[in-house]
Amino acid sequence: MRVLKALIAVLALVVIALVAAQVPGGQSLLGRVLPYVAFAIFLGGFVQRVVYWAKSPVPFRIPTTCGQANSLPWIQQNKLDCPSTKAGVVGRMVLEVLLFRSLFRNTQAEVQQGPRLIYGSSKWLWLFALLFHYTFLVIVLRHMRLFTDPIVPFVHSLEFFDGLFQVGAPVLYQSDLIFMGAITFLFVRRLVLNNIRYISLPADYFPLFLIFGIGLTGILMRYFLRVDVVAIKQLTLGLVTFSPVINGQIGTIFFVHLFLVCALMVYFPFSKLMHLGGVFMSPTRNMANNSRMVRHVNPWNDPNIKPHSYASYEDEFREFMVDAGLPVEKEMPAAQEKSAE
Amino acid sequence: MYGKGRIIPALLIFLGLMTFPLWYNAGFAHQAPKPEKPAEYKECVRPTQEMRTSHMVMLNQWRDDILREDGARKGVTADGTEYVRSLQNGCMHCHANKKKFCDTCHTYTAVKPYCWDCHLEPKEAM
Ligand code: HEC
Ligand code: HEC
Ligand code: HEC
Ligand code: HEM
Repeated sequence: MRVLKALIAVLALVVIALVAAQVPGGQSLLGRVLPYVAFAIFLGGFVQRVVYWAKSPVPFRIPTTCGQANSLPWIQQNKLDCPSTKAGVVGRMVLEVLLFRSLFRNTQAEVQQGPRLIYGSSKWLWLFALLFHYTFLVIVLRHMRLFTDPIVPFVHSLEFFDGLFQVGAPVLYQSDLIFMGAITFLFVRRLVLNNIRYISLPADYFPLFLIFGIGLTGILMRYFLRVDVVAIKQLTLGLVTFSPVINGQIGTIFFVHLFLVCALMVYFPFSKLMHLGGVFMSPTRNMANNSRMVRHVNPWNDPNIKPHSYASYEDEFREFMVDAGLPVEKEMPAAQEKSAE
Repeated sequence: MYGKGRIIPALLIFLGLMTFPLWYNAGFAHQAPKPEKPAEYKECVRPTQEMRTSHMVMLNQWRDDILREDGARKGVTADGTEYVRSLQNGCMHCHANKKKFCDTCHTYTAVKPYCWDCHLEPKEAM
């Protein structure tokens, strides 16, 4: 049911785009107005969300420690998994962002006969997540051919290496195949593993379907339902130079592709996809574990409230503590004890 | 807001990257390609719109058809002009100036067909 809800939502988006591309003025709306609105919401929402996060104070060091902390000189520290310096944190973040290191440590729990609980290494999620994200990046960078004139030079080498096998015309891009394969894996994983399906919500399936739809319409457009790329580039280049025009016949499929991308941009800042910004903002990743070397003072402490040590606490309440029979570190002065009796 | 010193520059870099096409293109004159059409012929091997979208699909089919299936090497347009189903002797016979025809569109959309690794471009004089 949770799968169906998400699927229906994406199919509804496709139908909206199909219909809107047919009615007069619809193409203009989808192609010349909506992209600006969606892009503005994407940027605005993104900044707003990051600022919102930045407003939460994180007074204390709360990094996840996955290795030996900095300790005595003869105990070897795990500098990446429990960094105590800025350099260590930077190293940890770089590996996390570029190689998904924490996902590499993903384990899978399994109950075997006995019953015995066994944790095994599980690298598939890491592998396919990495493939998915990098091919997504390659595809988006390659799309820069539609948005730049003169074309940024890296596009040519991307296209060359991506089409190295020279299959068919237009040349088949390996990244397209890997992209669709990887996103299918990520989806099937949620369906097939009982425990993952149990915790999956429509908000997990929806972005998968949406991105799958974007990839599928793009691939249909390139390899099957050909479109007039020159006419499309006039529109897309027009969009980024603030003079969008629709010349000639652009296939309906392009508007479905574009509409789904716009939906993704609008959805992005308000969804789990914000992990794009969130990974940099996680205090559990971006802080050094140096609480033993540096004193971290809570910034919202009231300066009028002075520190109250146990010694002074006992000084203040010793009489009552003794009366109540509580143990004290320093006995009452003898004279006072007498008079108290 | 905490960590202003790091977060604001990071956000600015993010916005700069995201809006890259907006400022990259400023300052260049943009002109849609105008491929020079052949003077001595009136129509292409298929309707013009279909040629614009799918000429590479057709070339690929010709190639497979001729070299693997022993298909016909000649074809006829809708109004009866005979043409050679070939890249060098067909397309380039009518569209004799590669630079002013094929390349105008291809440069505009970052397409570099590898066909010319083997096939010969028509000579300038033709
Ligand atoms: C109206 C503009 C236009 C003209 C004129 C044109 N092309 Fe293309 N051609 C394109 C576009 C756009 C693509 C890329 C399509 C894509 O990426 O989906 C392309 C792709 C190709 C490809 C496939 C390249 C690849 O590696 O994927 C070949 C081959 C090709 N054209 C051959 C030719 C030849 C030969 C001529 C001249 C006779 C020619 N084209 C004229 C627009 C044009
Ligand atoms: C018989 C001569 C002839 C042959 C052979 C021929 N063309 Fe054409 N082609 C034309 C003519 C004439 C036009 C202009 C049609 C028009 O203006 O409507 C044209 C138009 C085109 C267009 C559309 C250009 C535009 O700006 O809209 C493309 C792309 C194209 N041809 C590619 C090819 C390719 C690729 C081949 C080889 C498979 C080829 N042509 C073979 C005569 C030919
Ligand atoms: C490795 C070299 C090579 C490359 C690269 C190449 N071809 Fe060819 N092509 C040949 C050879 C050899 C023939 C055979 C010529 C013959 O038997 O008539 C041929 C024949 C063809 C033919 C059929 C007959 C003819 O005379 O043209 C077509 C069409 C064709 N090629 C299209 C293409 C297209 C389109 C591309 C680019 C996407 C391409 N070729 C890339 C070598 C190549
Ligand atoms: C989330 C961002 C996007 C993704 C993941 C995506 C995905 C894809 C894929 C997988 C393809 C197949 C061909 C290829 O890989 O190059 C494709 C093609 C295409 N996309 Fe996108 N796309 C995105 C955004 C856009 C945008 C914003 C536009 C235009 C406004 C666009 C226009 C096109 C066009 C015109 C093609 C056909 C290219 C061709 O025929 O060669 N895409 N897209």
